[in-house]
Amino acid sequence: MFKDIFKDTSVRILITFMVVLCVSASLVLPEWMQNNFLYGLSRGLAVLGLMLLWRTNLISFGHALYYGFGAYAVALSQKYFGITDILLRFAIAVIAAGVLGFMLGFILKKYREIFFAMLSLAFSMVLYGLLAKAEFLGSTDGMSISPSTLLGMELTREYLLFLIAFFVICTAVSIQAYLRSTLGHLTTAISDNEIRVEYLGFSVEKAIHIKYVISACLAGGAGGLMAASLGQVDPDSMVNWNVSGELVFITIMSGSGNILAPFIGAIVFEFIRTYAFEWAPQAWQMIVGGTLLAIIFFFPGGIWSVLEKIFNQGKKKNVK
Amino acid sequence: MQFWATVLLDGLTYASYLFIVSLGLTIIFGVMKILNVAHGNFYAWGAYTSAFAIGYISDNDYSEALYFPAILLSAIIVGLVLGYIIERFILRKMYDQDIHLIVLATFGVFLIFEDLIIIVFGVDPYLPYQPAMMLGWVDVAGLNRGVYQLSLILLASVVAFVCWFGLKKTKWGKLLQSVIYDREISEAMGINVTAVYVITFIGGAILGALGGAYVAPTTSVSPGFAIDLVVLSFAVVVIGGMGSIPGALIGSLIVGILRAFAVHQAPILELFVVFAVMAIVLIIRPEGLFAPPKARKI
Repeated sequence: MFKDIFKDTSVRILITFMVVLCVSASLVLPEWMQNNFLYGLSRGLAVLGLMLLWRTNLISFGHALYYGFGAYAVALSQKYFGITDILLRFAIAVIAAGVLGFMLGFILKKYREIFFAMLSLAFSMVLYGLLAKAEFLGSTDGMSISPSTLLGMELTREYLLFLIAFFVICTAVSIQAYLRSTLGHLTTAISDNEIRVEYLGFSVEKAIHIKYVISACLAGGAGGLMAASLGQVDPDSMVNWNVSGELVFITIMSGSGNILAPFIGAIVFEFIRTYAFEWAPQAWQMIVGGTLLAIIFFFPGGIWSVLEKIFNQGKKKNVK
Repeated sequence: MQFWATVLLDGLTYASYLFIVSLGLTIIFGVMKILNVAHGNFYAWGAYTSAFAIGYISDNDYSEALYFPAILLSAIIVGLVLGYIIERFILRKMYDQDIHLIVLATFGVFLIFEDLIIIVFGVDPYLPYQPAMMLGWVDVAGLNRGVYQLSLILLASVVAFVCWFGLKKTKWGKLLQSVIYDREISEAMGINVTAVYVITFIGGAILGALGGAYVAPTTSVSPGFAIDLVVLSFAVVVIGGMGSIPGALIGSLIVGILRAFAVHQAPILELFVVFAVMAIVLIIRPEGLFAPPKARKI
């Protein structure tokens, strides 16, 4: 699976992008942008997970379930075990969400289209209903999270960004390896024609189940990192249905062309949100909604398709 | 005994307004196959418009009898205007697109109109209590309840009857049923499907707005109060069966009474029970408890 993975163009572009981003964030760009990169990269992981599902034509309107589950796993592990190490936090969030995804996957793997979307919505709202009312978990106020450490040392925002970028590289490279494997190639095949895939001797449900667990792990990891960088978890901004909607929105905005697309999309989303909030604090949702409609109507392939077009044009000119 | 009466009464009241709102949602889904997240907008705008109208009437000391026409009128205006705008400029361009994209587009519309409310009506909550005050209180089975709240049950029954009558007994209802059954054949038979879509969407929008407009006097109308309602009405529609009108009735009764029970017995489970039931129904009968039987198409 991992053979020659570093010769893959997508992987090389991804690593270059992350390195450039980290270097410029610490040397050139103003400090407030670091937060946008932190949130963008963290959320980008969840979007990557949704992108995997989307490639099989499954859209989950309840991925905030894993996102919030990962975040609350981090919060609870701090409350009861005093864990603040970022490596452990990431691992706990990923594993917690993965286990939950594995269990729910047995049910969800049989569902398609709108039923898949609705059932995942129902599951995520079940968690929301519990968290919003559970007083020992802070109900709607949520819980605060202390700053992360690494092997006992305090982490600055800057180093946290480097670490998250490192997590992102590791995860995205593994995802690329998965996509290049037979199992990954089944992705598009399943969305084209499930019956044929079955005739070829692969189990569609098993492939979807595996993909669902991967996607849950990614969303959980994203939630965990987001909790660590926000310093706060609460049900309304982590588990409610409009969070899932936002994640799906970023997925569509990014486009499904490449493993880097979700991260660019998520960072762009953070910037849209920051600027909209500063420019029109009463109307930032309106600007986000307007962007969403504009993308659906004018750029159905998402940001990645636009970038691809620009790069391809450059290439053609070079050939001439 | 007292306990069950409370649960039943509160549940029925709650179910009534859920029913009015979800009915609009389920009709839109049944006819147009659109899961309309923007339905929350109709509800919120209806509530704000009626709260504003009630405030206006009361500030200017107009007759109290005007409250009810004002509520009805604000629902109709909101439904007509918003319904028409959303159908004509957003949805009509998307009918042959992927169903997920349409849901997302309505989510975008939802975000836009959510903020428009703040721009138009401001961030301060409205408390249009006057109609509820006017009707006073009454004892039902030893429980003191507002007449206005109880009148919701009446309104829901009227809406249910009108809907049933319109669908089963009029020419219009038959046209609608044929479009629900098969869009292409209906078009080939000479039914103006575009017109049916517009009217359905506006009708659904008016129902959503009516729910909001009528509920406004019983609560405080503040920004963001449609967010919870959107998923609740989704739950109702999914439990009953997407696109089924009796389903919306049963779904809202189940959700309303369960929620009232949870509120009085175990408040921590208030939202949990609703969505747990939604998940269970989806697992056992994904088409919903009362889904219309689907004929196989070739």
